[in-house]
Amino acid sequence: MAAENRIAAPPAIEDAAGVAPAARAGWPARFWNEARRYPLFPIALLLLVLVIPAIFSDLIAPHDPTIATGGLKARLLPPFWMEGGDPNYILGTDRVGRDILSRIMHGARVSVTIAAIAIFIAGVLGTSLGIAAGYWGGWVDALVMRLVDISLSIPIILLALVIVAATQPSIANVIIVLVLLMWSRYARLVRGETLAVRVQDFIARAQVSGASHRRIMLRHVFPNVFNSVIVLATLNVGFVIVLEATLSFLAVGIPPPQPAWGLMVADGRVLIASAQGWWVSLFPGLAIMLVVLSMNLLGDWLRDRLDPKQRQV
Amino acid sequence: MQRYIIIRVGQSVLTLLVLTVIVFSLARMSGDPLDVLLPLEATIEDAERLRAEWGLDRPLHIQYFTFLVNAVQGDFGESLRVRGRTAMSLVLERLPNTAALAGVAVLVATAIAVPIGVLSAVKKDTPFDYLGKAIALFGQSLPAFWLGLMLMWVFAAQLGWFPVSGNEDGILAYILPAIAIGWFQVAALMRLVRSSMLDVLDSEYVKLARIKGVVEWKVVWKHCLRNAAIAPFTYFALIIGSLMVGSVSIEFVFAWPGVGRLAVDAANTKDFPVVQAVVITFCMVYVVANLLVDIAYAYVDPRIRYN
Repeated sequence: MAAENRIAAPPAIEDAAGVAPAARAGWPARFWNEARRYPLFPIALLLLVLVIPAIFSDLIAPHDPTIATGGLKARLLPPFWMEGGDPNYILGTDRVGRDILSRIMHGARVSVTIAAIAIFIAGVLGTSLGIAAGYWGGWVDALVMRLVDISLSIPIILLALVIVAATQPSIANVIIVLVLLMWSRYARLVRGETLAVRVQDFIARAQVSGASHRRIMLRHVFPNVFNSVIVLATLNVGFVIVLEATLSFLAVGIPPPQPAWGLMVADGRVLIASAQGWWVSLFPGLAIMLVVLSMNLLGDWLRDRLDPKQRQV
Repeated sequence: MQRYIIIRVGQSVLTLLVLTVIVFSLARMSGDPLDVLLPLEATIEDAERLRAEWGLDRPLHIQYFTFLVNAVQGDFGESLRVRGRTAMSLVLERLPNTAALAGVAVLVATAIAVPIGVLSAVKKDTPFDYLGKAIALFGQSLPAFWLGLMLMWVFAAQLGWFPVSGNEDGILAYILPAIAIGWFQVAALMRLVRSSMLDVLDSEYVKLARIKGVVEWKVVWKHCLRNAAIAPFTYFALIIGSLMVGSVSIEFVFAWPGVGRLAVDAANTKDFPVVQAVVITFCMVYVVANLLVDIAYAYVDPRIRYN
């Protein structure tokens, strides 16, 4: 079966390396040693900044993200620990009087949704084309790889600008831009992996035993390239979130009433230049940074675990 | 070699052609150009006359061909926002500002990344190395536009060391935007320098240099760095694209009068001729730069040609 040919990271080596000597220690030490093998810090950070707010923002956000709940007086309040701050608005309010913390929480949902949809579509598209190109070779391969090259040589932010100039900023457009940017990375990676898998014995055996091309690609090639795709997808999340935020920041991404992180940073741009309200831009940007940081750490860990081939020095 | 060059040139032309098709179809998707271009008081006869004059009544593939012929000549029509200026003249006017900023950004990135990369290779697995890794990790996590804003807040708005925006204060005005654009490159460049330095430090000729008693700093900075610089140097070709992307958002943050900001403003005001001009100019620069680099590689390393 295909599964036997998968390359898995042997956990036994890590056990032998550093964790084993603590076997006799008390339970806190044992727990700590066990925990150290998993990226707890990035996972905790992700849960705190991204996952929990994204799922429960309706329940835990203290205010409505799109309405100025405090009236005119609550405009541009600083965070609560500063002079003039209001404990009701922990991270302060923006120029209209909307609660920054609530907007960040709801913004997490926007970021997660867009990143997930875009990566899923790009992943499916890129993986299918990559397997097809690697498996069939010939003109299919030539065509797909040419498209990949072209897609890689078009600066993507500019493409977003063209699309927005031609239509209107919308969530669908953001997703189209992100998919157009990313599918080629999956296609290139998967094609390379497929080329390596295709020449293995179990593919020849499957062919001899009469499996259809479709079945071979789905059941025998796909499981063997899946790990690499998952690693790339994880490493891509941070990149996609930053790109989406950049597009929104430039007013060519998510349209304004939505609480997107990039839009929030853009809201505070004028205030920063005139030294009035730094918190409007600072906190959403911090949220982006923490999410990207933890996604990168998680992706690195996953790559070492699932796909040591891709590991860099 | 000739065959390789011909294939690569052909590929580049194909890429640019596909790009013009995309831009052209998007332009037509945005609706009838006459709706935007005609003054409100124009009659139907005026519209018909202009339609014939501009060739908008002809089949799409002929329109595309006209577009292509004009594009090759750098003619994208007049700007809709700035009356009486061609789109291309607006782009050309601002191109030097963008190029200068990108140049300074590369210098800044190199000045930060190379020393840190070299030192973290020499002091591998020490706190300094870990610090370098942390910098690389943060470099890849910070959104450039946000970093730019924060730099502006601390060093321009609060401390007043640098101007808040524009490019009229000489070299000082370049520093903050250049750091913001270059920061992302620092991370990647640093990793590259570190890994190629590690390779070189392990080599025979470095051991020989040490054995014959060359001073350690000379071994590192002269013998090693010169040889380790090849891989990072090739990296510069790859960053042209991301430098341009960086310049778009950072020019917007710092109100820098460059092509990137022109493109954002044009996109937001539906000034389609200008957007077209910027996009096709940028892609030309990008594709041609990549082409030149590939040819230079093939010249230096014959193995590439035959693959």
